[in-house]
Amino acid sequence: MRLNGGRLAAVVRKEFRVLLRNRFIIGTMSVLPVVFLLTPMIEIFRLGADVPSGLVQRIAGSTFLLLLVVPVVVPAAIAAYSVVGEREQGTLEPLLTTPLRREELLLGKAIAAIVPSVGIAYLLFAIVDGCAQVFAADPAVAAALVQSSQLVGELLFAPLLAGWSIWVGIAVSARASDVRVAQQLGTLASLPPLGVVALIDLQVLTPSVTLALTFALALLVADVVMWRIVAAMFDRERLLTGARARRGPGGGDRDVAPGVVRRIPRI
Amino acid sequence: MTMRRTTGPRWFVRRRMGFGFRPASWQGWVLTAVAVGVAVALVVVLRRSVVTLVGVVAVLVVHQGIAALLTRGNGPAGRVADAAGDPPAVPTTPATPPAFATPPAAPSPAAVAAVAPAPDSVRSAPAALVVDDLTKRFSQRTAFEDVTFSVATGEVFGFLGPNGAGKTTTVRTLGTLIAPTSGTAVVAGIPLTAENGTEIRQRISIMPENPGLYLRLTVIENLELFAGLYGLRRPRPRIDQALETVNLGARGRDLCGSLSKGLRQRVGLARALLSDPAIMFLDEPTSGLDPVAAREVHDLINDLRQRGVTVFLTTHRLEEAERLCDRVAILNTRLRSVGRTDELRESLFSRSLVVETAAPLDAPGDVFTRTAGVDSWRTTGAEAAAGGAAGYVLSVADPRAAAPAVARALVAARADVLSIAESRHSLEDVYLELIDKDPEAARR
Repeated sequence: MRLNGGRLAAVVRKEFRVLLRNRFIIGTMSVLPVVFLLTPMIEIFRLGADVPSGLVQRIAGSTFLLLLVVPVVVPAAIAAYSVVGEREQGTLEPLLTTPLRREELLLGKAIAAIVPSVGIAYLLFAIVDGCAQVFAADPAVAAALVQSSQLVGELLFAPLLAGWSIWVGIAVSARASDVRVAQQLGTLASLPPLGVVALIDLQVLTPSVTLALTFALALLVADVVMWRIVAAMFDRERLLTGARARRGPGGGDRDVAPGVVRRIPRI
Repeated sequence: MTMRRTTGPRWFVRRRMGFGFRPASWQGWVLTAVAVGVAVALVVVLRRSVVTLVGVVAVLVVHQGIAALLTRGNGPAGRVADAAGDPPAVPTTPATPPAFATPPAAPSPAAVAAVAPAPDSVRSAPAALVVDDLTKRFSQRTAFEDVTFSVATGEVFGFLGPNGAGKTTTVRTLGTLIAPTSGTAVVAGIPLTAENGTEIRQRISIMPENPGLYLRLTVIENLELFAGLYGLRRPRPRIDQALETVNLGARGRDLCGSLSKGLRQRVGLARALLSDPAIMFLDEPTSGLDPVAAREVHDLINDLRQRGVTVFLTTHRLEEAERLCDRVAILNTRLRSVGRTDELRESLFSRSLVVETAAPLDAPGDVFTRTAGVDSWRTTGAEAAAGGAAGYVLSVADPRAAAPAVARALVAARADVLSIAESRHSLEDVYLELIDKDPEAARR
């Protein structure tokens, strides 16, 4: 598989332009982060000077979890719109008639979704950590938020969770026939990896750099596998006609497995 | 719908934003480097002198003056020639067969036998499209079956058929969007296989009936996307030219959502022109256009024909197909007929003379059966005889030879002849004759 940088860049540029002019997506990208920023900030500011260590760890864990919801939920909304949105507008067919490979299309859409999501997530981490350092009455709270396991987790989990969320969202979008259904299902389906973070928050798992790296590696593998699955699922014929491509003598997509032609039910 | 093309030096191009010119070739960069060098030297040598500022400004003015002289007369369209090597949106010379990586597969004898010959103007050209026994089935439904035809390079080929006949599915199949169930095809010299999809799509362009534009993007932003997908290195001049071609030069910065359906259709056409395709598949290109705009599209298609671009035109407008197409194919799941419209007429309808007399003849059988060149005759029906006049249709082998003999026979029979004319059948007659008697159409 060879990716063409020019085509990839064209897709990314278009996606950014469309995203920036879509009020619904801009609203989702703006409101959710603010909500998830306010909750931990209020909790941190409410703390007094002498906080028990158990409470400090709990607050650090819940802050960590809340901030990681952002890179999961924000790209899910964008990714869920990606294919079904094109189909609703009637832009999918013209796009598929170009030399664009499906991997380029999917990767371009993923990049356009991951960059703002991760950017927002890092910005939130910086704001919360910065405010804790400056304003937290108890230095232990500030120290808990910037401990190495927490930092490694924040830096690595945000793009990897966003990646997972995007591939799941695109997979749902490729099967859905309605944008709203795709966004609801995409958001739901992207949440499971947060379970591990929730276990850390609930102190079932003890946070450590090793655990963070292990989980990050597992997420990376899951992201790559999910990308390949989504690419294989992205079948031009099914997207245009609703019928899965049969391995005929020509046309269609390369990776389509041979099989009997059948109708694929839409979600 | 005229194509503007100017040639000029490639050293500089006008800046898209701001004033002046920017280098577009190594010569331009050398000149610019020299200018910068002289300016830096002035600053270093003269230091704090007032002359420094004057000198630097003078160097900049001279540089831009040279650039302006070298790009003299190059407006937006002229920039096409300046673009680094990209061919124009519409080729100005007849297309030559592209140097394809894979030699085209030869059509089967059955395919050759079934296909009517292309017109003389394109008969000698290599086939741009060869379709042999192509079939597509979706589960229980057959979209099209055993379709065989070929299209010569530079030919305008009409593809007609009722709704649900399989026209769009055929175009999608040839455009590698859908895999055929069986059969073979060669598109723009490349065999239609799954592995060749990207290469085929690079050489063709498909304009669907719905132009499918991003309504939140401007016209230029839409075209920039597709220029990028086709790998055009300096897309802006090409975009400007494509927009000029469809008379949308002034609407480039408008949001597509603010355009009427007809204007969106034109943007779709401009998009199809961007990649300089060997074959253009146009699906109802005049759908939703007013008569003036439709005529401009017809002119554009004729222009493309002159320039050697193969056009595969899917349309419901029979008069459009008759006017534009070198040959037409009529599809109704199976291919019903392929050929020039006059050949189709001759194959479907016997040639005939229509005779109108002021009053019914006493013994028309006696008059017409004895006339040389008349094979058979019938009356035109009650409606033709309204007002006392009578009409007769005479089947003849050669209308030009039979008409004088018929006139003489009518005069000898003391008939008052109102008119004798050759019966003309339109493409619509051909279409209706083929489709109405088609069991597939009856089932649909």
